[in-house]
Formats: sequence, structure tokens, C-alpha cells
Amino acid sequence: MDTAETHNRKSTSKPAKLSREVQARLGQQLRSMYDDVVNQGVPDRFTALLNQINGDGNKDGQ
Amino acid sequence: MDDSVRKAVLGAVPSLRAFAISLCGNVDRADDLVQETLLRALANIHSFQPGTNMSAWLFTILRNHFRSEYRKRRREVEDGEGRYAQTLKSQPEQYGRVEFREFREALTHLPADQREALILVGASGFSYEEAANICGCAVGTIKSRVNRARTRLAELMSIEDADEFGPDEQTRAVMAGGGE
Repeated sequence: MDTAETHNRKSTSKPAKLSREVQARLGQQLRSMYDDVVNQGVPDRFTALLNQINGDGNKDGQ
Repeated sequence: MDDSVRKAVLGAVPSLRAFAISLCGNVDRADDLVQETLLRALANIHSFQPGTNMSAWLFTILRNHFRSEYRKRRREVEDGEGRYAQTLKSQPEQYGRVEFREFREALTHLPADQREALILVGASGFSYEEAANICGCAVGTIKSRVNRARTRLAELMSIEDADEFGPDEQTRAVMAGGGE
């Protein structure tokens, strides 16, 4: 109980606004995690899917 | 299908995947989610207004589809969030590189509303207005969700570091589970 209160106080005593440094670090981690996937490009299954739909949509075309 | 539409859709795929993985925490499920999104989008391509943001349109479809799927699954599995976090731990290889594991895990502890708002604004690069449109809520709501997400995330990341707070696990769980 004591520990809980101490702990609670510890996290609520932080300023409501995060420091610029913390925000920047979080933002940077979030983006690198996200971009790691973005940089994988378009997996073949999706190119194939769109080609297939294209083929179904206008069978006479091409 | 118009070639420019096809190009715009394909161009959005990498970011859609990144968003989907952030939402559901599993690459395979995320790719299924993207595939279902593309099928839905192309079946309703007539409702897309040319000249508007294709990417935002696709994100909206994916987000809504995920929400309805997620609700269904939640009914099937009682502890939705807990199980989700567990999946993360048991299949680390699903989540890309090790260096992002801790961060991804912290993300799983955010309420879904906050998680999606943070990702849309902080990673996908949408404006607050665009994110509000995608989530179907007010701009102010998005702003407060992003702020709360950042604060919670900062707490989670520093708490993760201080593992000597072992007995505090319970408190942490209560705090993490409380409110939106």
C-alpha cells in the first residue's frame, strides 16, 4: 500500500506536459518502428491481388 | 480499374500495413486486414471522390473494419487486451526487429482509441483534422487522445526500465487498466 502510494505520487508528480526531449524520443521511436514496415514496400500478394482484380474487372482489356 | 487509381492504392499499401501491424500487433493478421481492406475499397471504388486523399480513405476503411473485427474477437476471447499482449510475447518474430519490441509492447498497453490516434498523427503523418475524419470524432478528441497516449507511453517506457519495482506489478496493472 505504501509502495503503491509512493509509486503513484512518483508518476503523478511528473509535469502534465512531457518534456520536449521525451516527446522527441517517443516520436522518433514510433516513426522508426512504423517506417521499418513502410520500407518493406508492397508485398507480392497485394500486387497480385490488384492485378487479379484488374483482370476480372475488364476481361476484354489487354 | 483506372491505372491512376491502381497506383494510388498500391502506393498506400506500405503505410496501410504499418498502421495495421500497429493496430493488431501481428503481421499475418495485419496483412489479412490490408487484403480485406483493399477488396472492400475496390468494391466501393465508386464512392471514392477523385481529388480527395486516397490514403485517408483507405485508412478509414481499414480502421472501421478492424474495429468491427476486433469487437467480434473480443466477444470470443474474454481478455482481449491481455491475450493480445501475450501474443506479442510468444511470437516476437512476428513483430519485426528486436529493437522495436519494447516499444510495441508498450503500445499494446494503450487503450485502442489512444493507440490509433497516436499512430495516425505521430507516425502516419496525418493532420489532427484528417485523423479525426478517419476515426469519426472531433479534432479536440484526437488531440487529447494523442496527449494521453504520449503521457502513458512515457510512463510505460520508464516503468519498464525500472524492473526493480517488481512488487508494484499489481499497481501497474491497475493503473494501466484504468480509464480511457
